[in-house]
Amino acid sequence: MIFVLLAHTVVALAAVVLGQRLGRRVLLIGALAPALTVAWLATIWDRSVVVQSVEWLPAIGLDLGFRTDGFGRLMVALVGGIGLLVFVYAWRYFSDRADLGRFTAILVVFAGSMFGVVTTDNLLALFVFWELTSITSYLLIGYDDESAPARAGALQALLVTGVGGLAMLGGIVLLAQAAGTYSLAGVLEAAPTSGPAVAGLALVLVGAFTKSAQFPFHFWLPGAMSAATPVSAYLHSATMVKAGIYVIARLAPVFAPLVVWWRPALVAVGLVTMLVGGWRALNQTDLKLILAQGTVSQLGFIVVLVGIGFAEATFAGMAMILAHALFKAALFMFAGIVDHQAHTRDIRRLDGLGSAMPAVAVAAVVATASMAGIPPLFGFVGKEAALEALVHEPAWWIATAGVVLGSVLTMAYGLWFLWGAFARKPEGTITDPVGPGVSRPPTWFVLPPVVLVAITVVAGVAPVIADGMVNAAAVAVDPLAATYHLALWHGLGLPLALSALALAGGYALWRRPLPGLRALTERLPEATDVYASTITGLNRMADRITAVMQSGSLPIYIGVILAVAVTAPGVYLIGNWAVPDDLVFAESWLQVITAGIVVAAALGTIFAPRRLGAVLYLGGVGYGVALLFVLQGAPDLALTQLLVETLALALFILVLRLVPTYFGMVQSRVRRIARIAVSSTVGLAAGAFALWAASPADPPPIADEYLARALPEAGGRNVTNVILTDFRALDTLGEITVLAVVAMGALALVAARLPDSPESEEES
Amino acid sequence: MIRRSFVLDTLIDLVIRTALVFSVFLLFSGHNAPGGGFIAGLVAGITLVLRFIVGGPDAVRSALGVSAPGLLGGGLAIALLTGIAGWLWGDAFLESAKFEVELPVLGVVKSTSALPFDIGVFVVVVGVAAAMLSALGRDEGGDS
Repeated sequence: MIFVLLAHTVVALAAVVLGQRLGRRVLLIGALAPALTVAWLATIWDRSVVVQSVEWLPAIGLDLGFRTDGFGRLMVALVGGIGLLVFVYAWRYFSDRADLGRFTAILVVFAGSMFGVVTTDNLLALFVFWELTSITSYLLIGYDDESAPARAGALQALLVTGVGGLAMLGGIVLLAQAAGTYSLAGVLEAAPTSGPAVAGLALVLVGAFTKSAQFPFHFWLPGAMSAATPVSAYLHSATMVKAGIYVIARLAPVFAPLVVWWRPALVAVGLVTMLVGGWRALNQTDLKLILAQGTVSQLGFIVVLVGIGFAEATFAGMAMILAHALFKAALFMFAGIVDHQAHTRDIRRLDGLGSAMPAVAVAAVVATASMAGIPPLFGFVGKEAALEALVHEPAWWIATAGVVLGSVLTMAYGLWFLWGAFARKPEGTITDPVGPGVSRPPTWFVLPPVVLVAITVVAGVAPVIADGMVNAAAVAVDPLAATYHLALWHGLGLPLALSALALAGGYALWRRPLPGLRALTERLPEATDVYASTITGLNRMADRITAVMQSGSLPIYIGVILAVAVTAPGVYLIGNWAVPDDLVFAESWLQVITAGIVVAAALGTIFAPRRLGAVLYLGGVGYGVALLFVLQGAPDLALTQLLVETLALALFILVLRLVPTYFGMVQSRVRRIARIAVSSTVGLAAGAFALWAASPADPPPIADEYLARALPEAGGRNVTNVILTDFRALDTLGEITVLAVVAMGALALVAARLPDSPESEEES
Repeated sequence: MIRRSFVLDTLIDLVIRTALVFSVFLLFSGHNAPGGGFIAGLVAGITLVLRFIVGGPDAVRSALGVSAPGLLGGGLAIALLTGIAGWLWGDAFLESAKFEVELPVLGVVKSTSALPFDIGVFVVVVGVAAAMLSALGRDEGGDS
């Protein structure tokens, strides 16, 4: 499994390198990655569980533990199989453009991350892969980076799924601490139900809901439709949005019977999502938005099935995961073909496209029929299994009712989509029509979705083909599911009647679209508005805080920094005051003289009328201190002090060119007193610290240990340097990083201040 | 262009060369005697200040041949790679190693992997000096 991940990395790098040269053919290079995934899947197909583990960060329990079971195989099949088709499709979808290498690389990285999500057994690794899919999704939605809606949609998706990801991280830590392991299988085995563990579960669910676009986080998915259609088909219908469902399906069989709110919460969220998405789909005029809202609806449906935690429903949920990936990815690709050929996907302009591309229209009809649950297609098989499972739980009749109502909507928006994309519209309803004159799409463009449709048909007519895969997936999360199998014909019973009811109701709703109800729901606040006002509020709060914190006054900044630096340790100092026993006034007259110079220079700094004078006096203080170091026998320290002082003095003088020669008089009496107070407190505190630091401390000073270990362990006789480059090398690395960042910041600030200067351009 | 004095130029050049030799000495002797990457970097940084005094920002730039961001990034990279090397060949990030090499003229030379790390520190410190000089040393008004 690690091999597959590494291969994705290599392919992504290759795509970046070759992107310029190959044009759009680079997407076929990208296709190597999912092809490899499929090949790998074939080699492990008949093994029940494949395990592989590599230690990564043992200190926090993070290892790269992989564990692929039946459910993992189902998800990997989607990631690899649909990925392969999407890459081929994208090869025909894009025209040659320079940055396709970048696009391909990100898409490959996404495929690898998604592969990681569904194969890892370590919850922390799961989180890392999970976040990687969020980030790659962000980059892919915003791929067209000059389009403002694309950027906004990308940011919205990132913020929503990112917040959910953080919630999930918190939940993972709580769960894992309660279970005593970060292994997913271990957590499921321990099944902790303590208070913190249940809170952790709730947080993990929040993460899953954001990822799988569940109400009230569903709005990011339609917003993500500004992505290129291959991305919508792959990430936002077949794979990434299933990540949340993947996590729910893993947890539900164990926790649904143990946690009292689990079933009501999951069913409620799933049903509301299914109905809201289905209803909104009916109100869209953009083909992709119809499909996006429909995806939200179907995801809600699957959440009900896998979330309710009964073995039969879980089994049906697995079938629906597969069925949905097959028909929805195909439908997105068809919408992309329409968009590509007709240059619009607005159903108010498309007119009679069915006669221009009959093959596409027929295939799209089949895919839609599968979505609506018309026999003998795989969508019907899945929906029958779902209704059968829900009917068997009479206590949850509300779930059955909700799913039937949702299916009515599915049928209705399915018809709305087909009619909108391919039908000839009544005279006079279309302005600026695009229709029969549209050219036919090339074969390789149509082939990938047609393959998906063909699988839908074959698996519908002969469900045995898919049964092994779906059954294994369900058994992997719930062993009780072993007895359930897919069937095209469930017999004349309630499920069939409900299916028929849904189809008939959907047709009726499409014919008579209830304008009154529609007008009513349009007045309801949308989740997007809540999101928008939250973001505006956050920005406003940040503005206010910044206005207070960043007043722009240098004296205030320095005053605050110094006050904080002195106050916090100062309180400790007062509580633990100690003075060295053997306090000596001076060891030699030289010390007294040097100290006198330092004091005199310090006084000179205060009373100097000119800035240059003050800086020079300050330099005198520094050199005097360096001399004290020499007298104390600390050559390293003295040398450093001397050099820093020199360099600082030179730079100080450069700065002085930019400020007035003389100090201004501080007019306000209060301010003068405040300044004097701050500076004398800092001075007194610094002196007190120096005195206190020399007193014998309770724990023995670490210096002895360093001195003892420097030569034998680090091979150096200069302890100061050994500390810097060996014992505390990580600190040094941090410090030089800070130095570099500060220097870059200074360069950037000056370059920004002088935009016209030719030097600033050279510098950047 | 700054008016340059030939005498000053030559003198400062002499000083700078001496100081740079001293700087390199400090860098390599640092592990056993006073010195080290930070101190050596400061000495080299001060030679840049001298260059600046006689020749302005242009002199600094031409003396370096590399941009300040290049030095900063390069130095960080050297330090980081040393750390990663310790990771790969030792037990932990930044784990140090001792080694002895026999060189043609110098005989047996002992050193540790702290030296390349210190070189990284050295380069970063020189980079900071260069960056500060180029950031603060711009001529206001633009007739440089």
